[in-house]
Formats: sequence, C-alpha cells, structure tokens
Amino acid sequence: MSEWEPKIAVFLCQWALKSDAAWEQRLDLAENVRVVQAPCSGRINPLLLISALQHGADGVLVVGCEPGHCHYKEGNYVGRRKFATLHSFLQLLGVKEERIRFVWLSETESCSYPEQVKRLQRDIQELGPFELARRETIPCVVPARSVAE
Amino acid sequence: MRQITTEIRAEARRLLENGQVDLVIGFGQGTLPMHSAPLFVQKAVDVERMIWDSFCENNLARYLREVRKQRIAIVAKGCDARSIVALINEHQLERERLYIIGVPCRGMVDRRIVAGCAPGEVLSVTEQGDEIIAAGESFSLRLPRAEVLYRSCATCTHPNPVLYDVLLGEPVPVWAKDPYVYVRSIEQKSPAERAAYFAAEAQRCIRCYACRQACPMCYCEECFVDHATPRWVESGATASGLQGWQIGRAYHLTGRCVDCGACERACPTEIDLVYLNGKLCKDVHELYGFEAGIKVGELPPLAVFRPDEGPDFGLPAK
Repeated sequence: MSEWEPKIAVFLCQWALKSDAAWEQRLDLAENVRVVQAPCSGRINPLLLISALQHGADGVLVVGCEPGHCHYKEGNYVGRRKFATLHSFLQLLGVKEERIRFVWLSETESCSYPEQVKRLQRDIQELGPFELARRETIPCVVPARSVAE
Repeated sequence: MRQITTEIRAEARRLLENGQVDLVIGFGQGTLPMHSAPLFVQKAVDVERMIWDSFCENNLARYLREVRKQRIAIVAKGCDARSIVALINEHQLERERLYIIGVPCRGMVDRRIVAGCAPGEVLSVTEQGDEIIAAGESFSLRLPRAEVLYRSCATCTHPNPVLYDVLLGEPVPVWAKDPYVYVRSIEQKSPAERAAYFAAEAQRCIRCYACRQACPMCYCEECFVDHATPRWVESGATASGLQGWQIGRAYHLTGRCVDCGACERACPTEIDLVYLNGKLCKDVHELYGFEAGIKVGELPPLAVFRPDEGPDFGLPAK
C-alpha cells in the first residue's frame, strides 16, 4: 500500500484563481487530481461532494474566493453555510474531518492553489483511502452477478 | 385527553357547521390498538370520529400542501405547528386559509417500546396521570409515560404550538432541557464507531421512501433521488446508494427540519433517522442560532448569511 496515492476531487470557483498564469496551470497537477469547474463556490451542490466520494475520491477540496472578493458579491457566503453544515454532518457519519476541505484563496495568493491541493494530498495520504461505501460495492439487495452466472 | 377530544370535536363541529372551513384534519381511531390515524372530516356529522390520545404521532402538516386551495382547519401539536410555520415561511401555505387548532402535547408514546415491554399482544391502552396502562388477554402493565415516549418527543422543547387560532387545554411545561442530548451521545463515539453505526443503519433501508412521504418538509416535485439526469448521488440499491440516499435526504432538511421524528416513526425497518436530522438541527441552532418553524417570516438559514460569521477556512484574521 506504500504505492497508494489519494485521488482528489477539486471543485473550483472559476473566479478564484486571480492570475492568468495560475488559471493556465490549474490542470497541471498530478493525474489523480480531478478538477470540476463551477461558476461560484456558492453554486456547488453539496450532493456533488457526496457523489465525488462515492465515485472514488479520497478527498474533496472546494475552492472559493475570500470574503469580500466574490465575483457575485456574496456567493461565497452562501457556500460557507452549505459547506459548514455538510462538513459537520459528514463528521457525525464517521467521515474524517480532513477528508473534505473548503479553502478561500486570498487576493495575494499567499497560500496558492497548487499548495492547497498538495497539502490536502499529504493529509489524505496519512489518513488512507476513504472507507465508507463506494459505488462499486457489492449490491446488498440485488443478487451479485456471480450468483446469476 | 378525553377533555381535549371533546373540545376538538366541538371546535370542528362549530367550524364545519358555520362554513368557516371546508375540511378539518385531525386524528381518528386506527384499526389496531396504539395506532391513531390521520382523519379528514368534511361533514359535521363525522366529527364524532375524531379523537386525541397518546398515539397521534403523525405530523399532520404533511397533508396541508395537497389541499392548500381549500380552507382548512388542522389539529396541531407542537411539532405540527412548527412545520406549518416552516411551510408558511417557504411560501407553501397561506396563513389566511388555515385555521389552526392548537393542542399542547405531552409527547407521543412509542408503541414499539410498549409492545416490547408487554408479555403478550397489547389489546388496549389507557392513561392515568403520568402512567399508561397496557392490557392484553392475561396481563395489565403499568408503564411510566416518560419512559415510553418517542425519542424525538422525549427531547422535545416545543410541545406547545407556536402558532394557533385557538388553543385547547392548558399549555404544558417543557420537560426536556437539552433537545440534542441524543445527538451528543452519538457524537462522543469515535469516528470508526460512528461510521459503522451509520453503515449498519443505512444498510437496513429498503428504499420505500416512507420517511420522505411522512415528512411535511419533503415536498419537492421531483426528489433528488428520482432525478436521473444528472444523477446527483449514486442512489441504487447498494450500500453506497443507501447511504447516499440517507445523507441526501437528511441534508436537504438542513435548517428546515423541525425534529418531529415523523420520518423515523414511518420507517418500517426502524432506522435511526432522528440522530441524522437532529445533528443538522443542532448545527444550525449552534452555528446560526436558528430553530426551524418558530417565527413566521424568518428566512431559512441556508438562504441567508452574515459576513462576519465563521468559519474562516484558514484565512488569517484581519
């Protein structure tokens, strides 16, 4: 398992990367980082984060703009409430706190986007693969295919 | 209880006879002991079928949207009234068309606990003060009322209706101190224990959607789980799909759920749903000071925000 590398799903606000250079490099990350672009962090349906975990992501990163710098003025505040409640709720279900993360990129990008992704990768590497049910798990109601064969 | 039954009937008769409402929604005797069923009364002659006892467990607000074009009177206990307020706030009901017959509630009795305590089949249940007496063919069992309440009722902090046109009976004192005591007990477990507990609970789901149908706030024309394109979450009959459904259902009630417990009572496999919804109620209460269905005109917490609230997601303080 030492070769195991976490898969990361990134939900990225299309306005969060302020410089053109950062925007062009957004996909130049490790191949197990998948980027989903959204119009605003407030627009990201919390169910999509669940869906990402079900479909194989070990960690989820939501990237938004810092307070006061939302392109739509207040979308990131809406996203914050959605995310804060979802994060707390998933912890009750036994999902580790570090596994999903919301970050705000500041104007100065003191902690840049690739650095945030790497930081999450490092944390997930320590945690190990996501343990709750995945999509591929054996059906519990419908008989398994091997039975039919 | 008998006194309240009489008053409900008198009020319903009065409303129907002078044409103030078209329909009265209340409770009638069910077909089995310990089951009271929702009852829809359109004629004054039928009001004698209405009852009020410790098994009026459904949240009647669930039916209001479907008859919202009519003038309706509804028998509402604490949680029903909160659901009505929440529905009014979401512009699903018009207050003017509603006549709310408020009934202070002493908590509803969990028939599954009573049946579990009894040595045989329970054929009748009567109440005496703070005790309920379950009787069968060869036994008669006295149980303290506080110990046989539904979990959501045992921790209820709003037993008196928050909104009503007439209140029958005296307001009851609030018995619970902490509405989230059960959620806290689950939160204290380790993440691995919590994951195992959730997986075991969700695994029993047979996807009958009774929880959704019983919920007054689950009124989406098309539920996320029935939505095929795009498919929001994997929701097939797999372990993952069952968990996805439970997460999505509960999460969609964030800041809308009034913690009435109707979903859990409707569940044929007795999945612990109250802790899922209770957690979300607790979070919006603690983070945003919001309790659903308390005040008419208050916006749901996910529809509003305050710029100065937390969390700051790692940004340095300014």
